[in-house]
Amino acid sequence: MSDSFEQIQAARRARMQAGLARRYAADRRFRLLGLSAIVFSALVLAFLLVSMTSNGIAGFQRAELRLTVPLKGTVLIDPSRLAQADPLGGLESAGLPMAVDGAADQAFGAGGAGLLGNSAWRDLGQAIIDKPAMLDQPEATVSLPASDDLASAMRGGGEPALQATAKRLMNEGKLVRAFDWGFLVRSDATSPQAVGIWGALKGSMMTMLVTLLLAFPVGVLSALYLEEYAPRNRWTDLIEISINNLAAVPSIIFGLLGLAVFLGLFPNWRSAPLIGGMTLALMTMPVIVISGRNAIKAVPPSIRDAALAMGASPIQVVFHHVLPLALPGILTGTIIGMARALGETAPLLMIGMRAFVASAPSSFVAPSSVLPVQIFLWSDEIDRGFIERTSAAIVVLLVFLLLMNGLAIYLRNRFEKRW
Amino acid sequence: MNAPAPAAAPAAVFPDPVAEAKISAKNVSVFYGTKRAIDDVSIDIPRSYVTAFIGPSGCGKSTFLRSLNRMNDTIPGARVEGEILLDGEDIYRSKMDVVQLRARVGMVFQKPNPFPKSIYDNIAYGPRIHGVTGSKSELDGIVETSLQRAGLWDEVKDRLSDSGTALSGGQQQRLCIARAIAVDPEVILMDEPCSALDPIATARIEELIDELRGRYAIVIVTHSMQQAARVSQRTAFFHIGKIVEYGTTSDIFTNPREERTKDYITGRYG
Amino acid sequence: MSPAVLLLLAFGLGLVGWLAARSRAWAFRRAAPGGRIHSLPNFHAWYVALWIAVPALLFAFAWNAISPGLITQSVLADPAASVLPAFGFERDSMLSEARAVATGSAAAVFNTEAQGLVEPFRAAILRYEAIGLIVTVLIAFAGGAFSFLRLTPDFTARTRVERAVMNLLLFASLVAILTTLGIVASLVFETARFFSMVSPIDFLFGTHWAPDPMSSGAVDGKQFGAIPLFWGTIYIGAIIAMIVAIPLGLMSAIYLTQYASNGVRQVMKPLLEILAGVPTVVYGYFAALTVAPAVRDAAQAIGIASASTESAVAAGLVMGVMIIPFVSSMADDSIAAVPQAMRDGSLAMGATKAETIRKVLVPAALPGIVAGVMLAISRAIGETMIVVMAAGASANLTANPFQSMTTVTFQIVAMLTGEGSFDHPATLSAFALGMVLFLVTLTLNFIALRVVKRYREAYE
Ligand SMILES: Nc1ncnc2c1ncn2[C@@H]1O[C@H](COP(=O)(O)OP(=O)(O)OP(=O)(O)O)[C@@H](O)[C@H]1O
Ligand SMILES: [Mg+2]
Repeated sequence: MSDSFEQIQAARRARMQAGLARRYAADRRFRLLGLSAIVFSALVLAFLLVSMTSNGIAGFQRAELRLTVPLKGTVLIDPSRLAQADPLGGLESAGLPMAVDGAADQAFGAGGAGLLGNSAWRDLGQAIIDKPAMLDQPEATVSLPASDDLASAMRGGGEPALQATAKRLMNEGKLVRAFDWGFLVRSDATSPQAVGIWGALKGSMMTMLVTLLLAFPVGVLSALYLEEYAPRNRWTDLIEISINNLAAVPSIIFGLLGLAVFLGLFPNWRSAPLIGGMTLALMTMPVIVISGRNAIKAVPPSIRDAALAMGASPIQVVFHHVLPLALPGILTGTIIGMARALGETAPLLMIGMRAFVASAPSSFVAPSSVLPVQIFLWSDEIDRGFIERTSAAIVVLLVFLLLMNGLAIYLRNRFEKRW
Repeated sequence: MNAPAPAAAPAAVFPDPVAEAKISAKNVSVFYGTKRAIDDVSIDIPRSYVTAFIGPSGCGKSTFLRSLNRMNDTIPGARVEGEILLDGEDIYRSKMDVVQLRARVGMVFQKPNPFPKSIYDNIAYGPRIHGVTGSKSELDGIVETSLQRAGLWDEVKDRLSDSGTALSGGQQQRLCIARAIAVDPEVILMDEPCSALDPIATARIEELIDELRGRYAIVIVTHSMQQAARVSQRTAFFHIGKIVEYGTTSDIFTNPREERTKDYITGRYG
Repeated sequence: MSPAVLLLLAFGLGLVGWLAARSRAWAFRRAAPGGRIHSLPNFHAWYVALWIAVPALLFAFAWNAISPGLITQSVLADPAASVLPAFGFERDSMLSEARAVATGSAAAVFNTEAQGLVEPFRAAILRYEAIGLIVTVLIAFAGGAFSFLRLTPDFTARTRVERAVMNLLLFASLVAILTTLGIVASLVFETARFFSMVSPIDFLFGTHWAPDPMSSGAVDGKQFGAIPLFWGTIYIGAIIAMIVAIPLGLMSAIYLTQYASNGVRQVMKPLLEILAGVPTVVYGYFAALTVAPAVRDAAQAIGIASASTESAVAAGLVMGVMIIPFVSSMADDSIAAVPQAMRDGSLAMGATKAETIRKVLVPAALPGIVAGVMLAISRAIGETMIVVMAAGASANLTANPFQSMTTVTFQIVAMLTGEGSFDHPATLSAFALGMVLFLVTLTLNFIALRVVKRYREAYE
């Protein structure tokens, strides 16, 4: 024994003191590392959202030409014709396209008609159909979509000559980029100047409706069964394993199932919202079951005891007490599952939802597009106009998703009970 | 684990000399899986008296109580042997409708467990599911008399649409009692109904039990000797799954026959 | 007679039965001593309504399925059918034309021979619709009469209705098993067809992938070597993406659970949820439009001339970002499951927070974290849109992350959205790839769920 206990202790203290600063520094570094990880994630999200919205804002606009079209005395049509079938056809034979082209040549110089979009006159035609009194006026000043080439020349692309024309017209105030309401009411088209999102949006809503109607009842009922009634046996285990695995199976596999089974059974309903909804329902159902079971589990057993001791039957216990109390939790899970289904693309590609559909679907078995697939299809186009339109479509999709997630978070905070 | 021994010695039977039996249990054993929680118990529970179950923790009082209205059915693995007769009918026979049984044998739990619904709906729930009433006014009447009998009416008559969970603990427990009597049961089982309450609330419940006596057969599990002495006319002492002694409350408390009973009520163990 | 009409009919009759049974049960109650009957009047009502609607609907569905066949048969028995060619495509198309005209979904026939069949079709359709309608109504009445006559004051209507509800619940939970079976069956069936044309050895161990959906004649199994696909999938999903996602996700979770103040947590958690909720097609677009060109330029700037726009690294990076919230929430759960006592024990000895986390919490939570990473990998390799939009189609077997690589999911999409026919081995190969993907993700999930469960139990 060379050192006394006190000496050893003092030496250890000193060593500990010396190491302390280093250990605190390590702690701070570690903490900083964590902070930078989370900040990085936030920055990526911010960058993603900002770049999508800034592009998307441009996507809600289009290049328009202002011109004055002579009407009274030029477009000769019996106003009652406008109330009949195919009023645009009536206006076409009454010479509206020629009137528009003539006005364009006059306003923008020789070849002016070529600067207008392919069927620009239809916009004016639709306006006249909505307000036939316009035909009694000598002329109307309107903004009509420019051609794709002129639109890209406006952005500084394409032939130099056309760029010069675009610059001249912009200086004269005849060529402007204007907010395009039509984007929200038109459907897919071949020209970025003429496309709209409504067809895909309606298709998405119809698909989601089918998904909800199928997945919600089945999901809730099976959650109730598994949580409240299922006996502990091999069948129940099998059901549970199936659900847990289905929740983690890649979505594209559900697409293969839809292709092989649903399209095999109903080959005529390719790319229909009904088939898309059925496929997504299979994918969403396990999500609803899992979140539903958690919500049901959170209902305290004393409530069940109370009801049972009153002489309620097991079914009454569940439908009078457990289900109403678990419902907010179930709904939250359902909305999150539906939001996921709304953004899902791959399985829908498998069942043929990638066709060019130029009008909004009229029924659940009519060919249709959906928002995410529309985004995918437009993203493949080369035209610069489509890049902006794609971002605009993404903005629409994200707005819907944010609304749904916001609703889910609200429900969770509003009704979440701590027992 | 020992196999349950066959009842070699004749089990002690405790016929009640005074009152007619409302419930009579014959050689009842209750198992959780293979564990025997109640071992060959026989007892007659009188009509229109309060019967108290006392005994050390874990001796099977709650288990036996729950077997009287088949709430044991809700515990996976729980199994009952022997016979329990309610007015002479075996409640464990296969034809027995547990829903109707529980309408006749109500239960109040240790922790108050009102439904998270309005006070009115809490009371009206039982009459509604059992189809007791034909009209709204009749239902209103039932709600009022039940609350009155439970001594809660004056406190809540102006806030019947408030949530039942917004009441104080003692009020909640009286609400649960009102809820139980709203379906006009014949027996009310109470498992330590006052253990979550303060002395004042406890006194109110004890008063209430006393008022309800005569109208219903009441069985109460309690850890308080004083409470058992105050509210009950019959007392059964449980010990490790068996009834050691059963008789009038005054007998049990003043001159117990068994040494174990005496030790327990004088607080020497338990 | 459309299905909607039948549906309405069944529900309408059911409603009538419901009301009738209810009023009868009320009559029992008024007559009963003490006003008590076994079941509430509503249960009597539901009992009768179910007996009316369910059998009628079942029959209506069955009839809808078989009546088209019966109609065609009766048309074929008509003398007018003798004009039809004996077999083949033309015969079928004429029949369907005539049917379309008869039902009014087409204005006129294209083949004049089919004109003669329109009338027989119309008559047959009318006849079978009438039969279907009458039988449906008869079944509904039979069910209604049978059940209505059984009603008595003691009738156990509640028990019976509840048994029906219970069967419905059981049936609903069987849908999950049916779905799993459906997936397995469709994959197995098509994969078997594929393997009857291409040997599994060539497929699983070949290193050359160049199927031609338009080719005809003999199948060359050497074109179906899927190793480059498997490699691309693993390289992008399990290596590059995880290099991004594991450290970032884990550190985010640690920061959020151990360091962040309540306020920060309340902002950052929903933010991560939003990141997790962004659709993959948006990530894909982001990868293709922004990340991929940036990566290529950066690579070329540091002298990698072979860098391609559709690089594995671009797809992998974005996929990693997509997975961060997933890893973070799994790690969060596992760390939260470590008993507080362990953390306190370490802190009470004077360990710093970082030491406690590194030496106690993370090792204790490791099984859960590993399971989370396995689930994350299973997600990444099944992810489709990012690779479809950013990875590329060329099946390169290379370790250079700046080159284009293809994945299993990419090829499934490519093979099934092309113009190839459904019997072509190139198309069928998509199902074989799907089968491999399904089995691999299934295994990963199964092991991971096992680990998580065992780990939870250990700390409970
Ligand atoms: N659900 C169950 N599963 C298994 N064993 C149980 C279960 N409930 C109770 N037991 C056991 O049965 C025995 C009797 O329990 P019981 O709850 O009836 O006791 P008790 O007399 O009510 O006790 P206390 O006075 O503490 O409420 C105990 O040994 C207990 O561990
Ligand atoms: Mg107890």
